[in-house]
Amino acid sequence: MLIVAGKGGTGKTALAAACATAAARLGRSALLVEVGGRSAAASMLGIEAVGYEPAAARLDLAGDLRVRSIAPDQALIEWLGRHGFERIVKRMARSGLLEVIATATPGIKDLLVLGRIRNLEESDAAEVIVIDAPASGQAVGLLRAPATIAAAARAGVLHHQARAALDMLGDARRCRVMLVTVAEETPVNELIETAFAVEEEAGVALAPVVVNATLDEIAGLGADVDSAEAAAGLTAAERADLRAAAGLRSARWAGQEDCIAELARRLPLPQIRLPRLLAAELGPAEADLLADALVAGIEDLPETAVP
Amino acid sequence: MTGSSAPDLPPPDPPDPSGSPAPPRAADAVTGLSGLIARRRVLVCCGAGGVGKTTVAAGLGVAAAAAGRRAVVVTIDPARRLADAIGIPELGNQPAEVFRPAGSGGVLAAMMLDTKATFDGVVNRFAASPAQAEAIIANPFYRNVSTTLSGTQDYMAAEKLLDLHDSGLWDLIVVDTPPTRDALAFLEAPRLLTRLLDNPVYQMVTAPGRGALRLVGAAARTVLRRLSKVVGATVVDDAVAFFRGFEGMEQGFRNRAGRALALLGGPGASFVLVASARPDALDEASWFADRAAGAGFAIDAVVVNRVSPSTRLSPAEAGELAGRLAGTDLAGPARALAELAAAGAGEQARISALAGLSAAGPVTEVPQLPSGVSDLAGLQEVAGHLTARP
Repeated sequence: MLIVAGKGGTGKTALAAACATAAARLGRSALLVEVGGRSAAASMLGIEAVGYEPAAARLDLAGDLRVRSIAPDQALIEWLGRHGFERIVKRMARSGLLEVIATATPGIKDLLVLGRIRNLEESDAAEVIVIDAPASGQAVGLLRAPATIAAAARAGVLHHQARAALDMLGDARRCRVMLVTVAEETPVNELIETAFAVEEEAGVALAPVVVNATLDEIAGLGADVDSAEAAAGLTAAERADLRAAAGLRSARWAGQEDCIAELARRLPLPQIRLPRLLAAELGPAEADLLADALVAGIEDLPETAVP
Repeated sequence: MTGSSAPDLPPPDPPDPSGSPAPPRAADAVTGLSGLIARRRVLVCCGAGGVGKTTVAAGLGVAAAAAGRRAVVVTIDPARRLADAIGIPELGNQPAEVFRPAGSGGVLAAMMLDTKATFDGVVNRFAASPAQAEAIIANPFYRNVSTTLSGTQDYMAAEKLLDLHDSGLWDLIVVDTPPTRDALAFLEAPRLLTRLLDNPVYQMVTAPGRGALRLVGAAARTVLRRLSKVVGATVVDDAVAFFRGFEGMEQGFRNRAGRALALLGGPGASFVLVASARPDALDEASWFADRAAGAGFAIDAVVVNRVSPSTRLSPAEAGELAGRLAGTDLAGPARALAELAAAGAGEQARISALAGLSAAGPVTEVPQLPSGVSDLAGLQEVAGHLTARP
């Protein structure tokens, strides 16, 4: 099981979809689980929407690819329904009592979501389960919830739930967290904070980090436009554009490489780079592209880094 | 603190604080970002995370100070380099001066919101006695409400806004909202606590003549007892103690939430939607603007941040040039140009689509600055773009 987490706007959902796609292309059965039911992965998997029932996606792959969502509110409602509140749980939801319960017991929804995920894992719902976690701050909350609740509730049903979730999260053979960022200062800082929180506070093992939307290096950007051999016959507008574009691209490349070097320095984890995609709408073709890059990136990793 | 110094202050006791979100404002003469910077009392920057919202908020503050206004920027969680640029390291939950533009008479101050300290301040304000405030602040359920409950950050940003507004010290307050996918979260935020107070546990434990749990109705008692079994007795006891401890403060909180809503929905406040030029961010901004329109409130300006600089050549011309220069000593710059021209054309198409949305105000573009915004000079450059005439 792989939990994909990252700051909003880093391409977390695209990476999760690419991971599931890569597994299915290798002939394995893959299940992508969206937490919160935002349906963001639907278009990348070539389906209309993501629902609570597992739906088959991408029938063109060697393996089986399915996708479903888990809604935290729904998880709490169903859990209360199973624990003696079946007749009044709807009324509790309407009256706001559920909100009070969730506030009184921070992490209860997160724990119940993890319980659902654990059921999927233990029932072998798929060979590879990829979780599209909420944005990184909330993802840390999600992963920390079992420890918090196990400490607060020393016995009873919640304690039992929390212990079982801790067993799953703490076992690196069952579960790893893949963090994703883009090569910019704020998301890189947030990733590093999240990495330490995930490993030290939540006790979950980390997979290689993914740097998404990277530029490739363009050789010869430093060429002097005015004295270059090829400059003969270029208009003034063409030369000005070439100078500006080369300068900007060099600065962006340098900024990106600084960020990635800083990430490597502060976080000793192997890195996988994924390319920046130019398409405005991400569909199955883009999921394939990212899956290719992901597989290539994993193959390039030093052997010791492969889980 | 009183609001008597502010002529356009909303009434302290609106009759119905639980009314619907701010009604659409009547059209007035203020147009364009420069007009908003010069005339508004409150600018709320909203938008998804990672688009440079804090940079834009700080840029608006710099522009206002340059225009002679006393401006304060309330940030939530600034990036380190930006924090350095506006002097955040020394900043706490109160505004501290960042700079005074020479000759303008204006001033820029900034502060970083401390959610818990702000919440404690409201409790202290409305508690009948220090003992009541102390009991609430020590309650574990209150700790959850003031730190982890979703929406608390928005709520406290709105509360801080009202506090700064009432102080009468500022001409313009720029609020950088927490990242959210929901355009309405900030407007909903002041109702966060009143929503909790409207729930049956509160009604049960504070109903007149039923001050103690043993006196609540039999049905309610059964529910609470069963809940204790499932989530733990201390959890239920803490929640009940919190709601009971709140008795008497409720009206103060409700009135204040109503005033915050009135200020946000009033003519002195404008919402500025911030987006980055990335395809997904622009799509999200369109979604945001649509949703705002559906809820009946207007976005008065849109800022698209980090726009690629425009090229003289069209994408087709740049592509053709790259083909012609392939294999030469200018192949690198030509590829960079083709890439830039294509990206820029895509961005411009999406910006036009965003500008065409009826609910979105005029669009202002801030170009990608080659080395990012890391100092006051960078913020002044951003401010220049924010106030540039189209």
